[in-house]
Amino acid sequence: MIAQIIFIAITLAAIALFSYNIKKVIRNIQLGKSADRSDQPQKRLMTMLKVAFGQTKMFFRPIPAFLHLIVYAGFVIINIEVLEILIDGIFGSHRIFSGLGFIYDFLIGSFEILAFGVWLGCAIFLIRRNVIKLKRFSGVEMTKWPRSDANYILISEILLMTAFLLMNAADAKLQALGAHHYTNAGAFPISQYLQNLLPNSEGALVAIERGCWWFHIIGILAFLNYLPYSKHFHILFAFPNTYFSNLEPKGEFTNMKSVTNEVKAMLDPSFTPEEAEPGRFGAKDVNDLTWVNLMNAYTCTECGRCTSVCPANITGKLLSPRKIMMDTRDRMEEVGKNIDKTGNGFDDGKSLIDSYISREEIWACTSCNACTEACPINIDPLAIITELRRYAVMEESQSPASINTMLGNIENNGAPWKYSPADRFNWAKES
Amino acid sequence: MSEQLNFEVPTMAELIAKGEESEILFWVGCAGSYDERAQKTTRDICKILHHVGIKYAVLGTEESCTGDPAKRAGNEFLFQMQAMTNIEVLNAYNIKKIVTGCPHCFNTIKNEYPGLGGSYEVIHHTQLIQQLIDEGKLKAEGGESFKGKKITYHDPCYLGRGNGVYEAPRKALEVLDAQLVEMKRCKSNGLCCGAGGAQMFKEPEKGIKDINIERIEEALETQPNIIAAGCPFCMTMISDGVKLKDQDQNVQVLDIAEITVRANGL
Repeated sequence: MIAQIIFIAITLAAIALFSYNIKKVIRNIQLGKSADRSDQPQKRLMTMLKVAFGQTKMFFRPIPAFLHLIVYAGFVIINIEVLEILIDGIFGSHRIFSGLGFIYDFLIGSFEILAFGVWLGCAIFLIRRNVIKLKRFSGVEMTKWPRSDANYILISEILLMTAFLLMNAADAKLQALGAHHYTNAGAFPISQYLQNLLPNSEGALVAIERGCWWFHIIGILAFLNYLPYSKHFHILFAFPNTYFSNLEPKGEFTNMKSVTNEVKAMLDPSFTPEEAEPGRFGAKDVNDLTWVNLMNAYTCTECGRCTSVCPANITGKLLSPRKIMMDTRDRMEEVGKNIDKTGNGFDDGKSLIDSYISREEIWACTSCNACTEACPINIDPLAIITELRRYAVMEESQSPASINTMLGNIENNGAPWKYSPADRFNWAKES
Repeated sequence: MSEQLNFEVPTMAELIAKGEESEILFWVGCAGSYDERAQKTTRDICKILHHVGIKYAVLGTEESCTGDPAKRAGNEFLFQMQAMTNIEVLNAYNIKKIVTGCPHCFNTIKNEYPGLGGSYEVIHHTQLIQQLIDEGKLKAEGGESFKGKKITYHDPCYLGRGNGVYEAPRKALEVLDAQLVEMKRCKSNGLCCGAGGAQMFKEPEKGIKDINIERIEEALETQPNIIAAGCPFCMTMISDGVKLKDQDQNVQVLDIAEITVRANGL
């Protein structure tokens, strides 16, 4: 009875804490400007199913895609087991679903195989990161915390799967001993090999079985609450993020409505402007970006596929699209904390540009869309880079001198070079 | 195969004056108008249009920058000023269909002009060439033979990833009976030449290498006779790279339109 009360209390506390943190995350995302992504719901749903659920974009790199699929499938499917654990925990039952008979055996057996797959997948991922040291997982932005974050996630998953398998091994052994409470149920294709490692006394086995049971469920609840602080948030955000993907051709940049109003008014004095959100041109800080940009930042799992294909980064420039996303998230969290402490309108003297992302980074971008193409969950670093450039050029008139010359030429000659418009048709006459 | 055009290139203004209409407007673009190397491609596109007898015209001196480099550099004001001025001209001529000689113009007019009041059917010149081949109006006969030559095609970002046009330029090369070899990074995984996003007009940031060198090294790995391009900016970057690698005697950098013209002896 006491165990049940403790279990219910822990579960409720974990859910409450998670809700509290999620509310803050949503509040932070809503710091962004509006953006309409409500069109083409069917196409959006299909994109989400294909890209997030089906992981289609992962398969450009088949090895990690395969491992990731196992870990993902394992983690999702084994969570059916969590349902049983929850019911058992609340009502004090043991293996409540065991009445399903052979179906139960099949389920537990499959969970075990998947759990072993997850275990193995995570172990290989750890080796890739820490032993082989794949280049993709390094870079200026991959400081101590992001590296540790990745390792914590992988180690947690390995520990959770170990607990699950040990629990089953102890349970099966207790079943064989005919221990009270331990009904004969389940098939144990993997954990049977662990049985020999366990002691034979009933008391010790019960302790191990209960210990692993509690570790598994508390571990999952703790993991849930770790998500808002971690890159692992993508397991939830991948879905809304792909649903709200940019469905337009990648080459298309948004036309700024606020600018359209001003340009139209200049060309035609009788023009009455359409509704446009007030604010500065482009983005100086996170609240000048749209909520889609900000959701993108929470979704990023720092895999570095974007950076590994970025022509600027490949050739040694400072720009890294992954850093753009990580900086945006870090700054957004900082702004969020400022609001928690002092309410709206607090100015800490920092901004996304300069305090986080340097001018050198934004001017190195070729807008080639390799990053957006490579992202397995349709994150768009280019949209953020563009907004920062817009701020630098339109609000500050700060751009590299040669860019200023080019802009001046377009303004005066209608071409980015210093040629006379009168000579524009000369190509047809000369040889 | 003279460089010179042996026909007049019609402008929209002339056609209207004669009371005629054009089927398609050829949007030349700034590079195609002023850059010497790109001018050759421009003339070749005209040769193709003239050869197949499409009723076409150019804007001539009435054309102005689409605003693409301004927009990518972050100057939305200048972009929209350019766009709206161009749209006014295009709409005044009642233009319905446009072929561009540059993927950047193509992308901007096709995707970014409609929201500002300029909706047209826009194709890139490689798409036009593919259509003409499909319709049997263009073959690879009567000109230079590309048989057995190794050609590798460099995907321009704003044509490929930007707008999903990967096949049209390759189709135009497939008819040549040449040996098409793909670079390691091609199609949706293609590597930028380094000119996009207004980089063409500035020095690159500090790094260990220029992007076009990275690209040209990859292109040379395929040991090509010809590197095919579909964009005047890629053309500049790749040609510079080939020269820097001292390979300009062995490797030609040609636009798809130039290759088509040569193959057809136009």
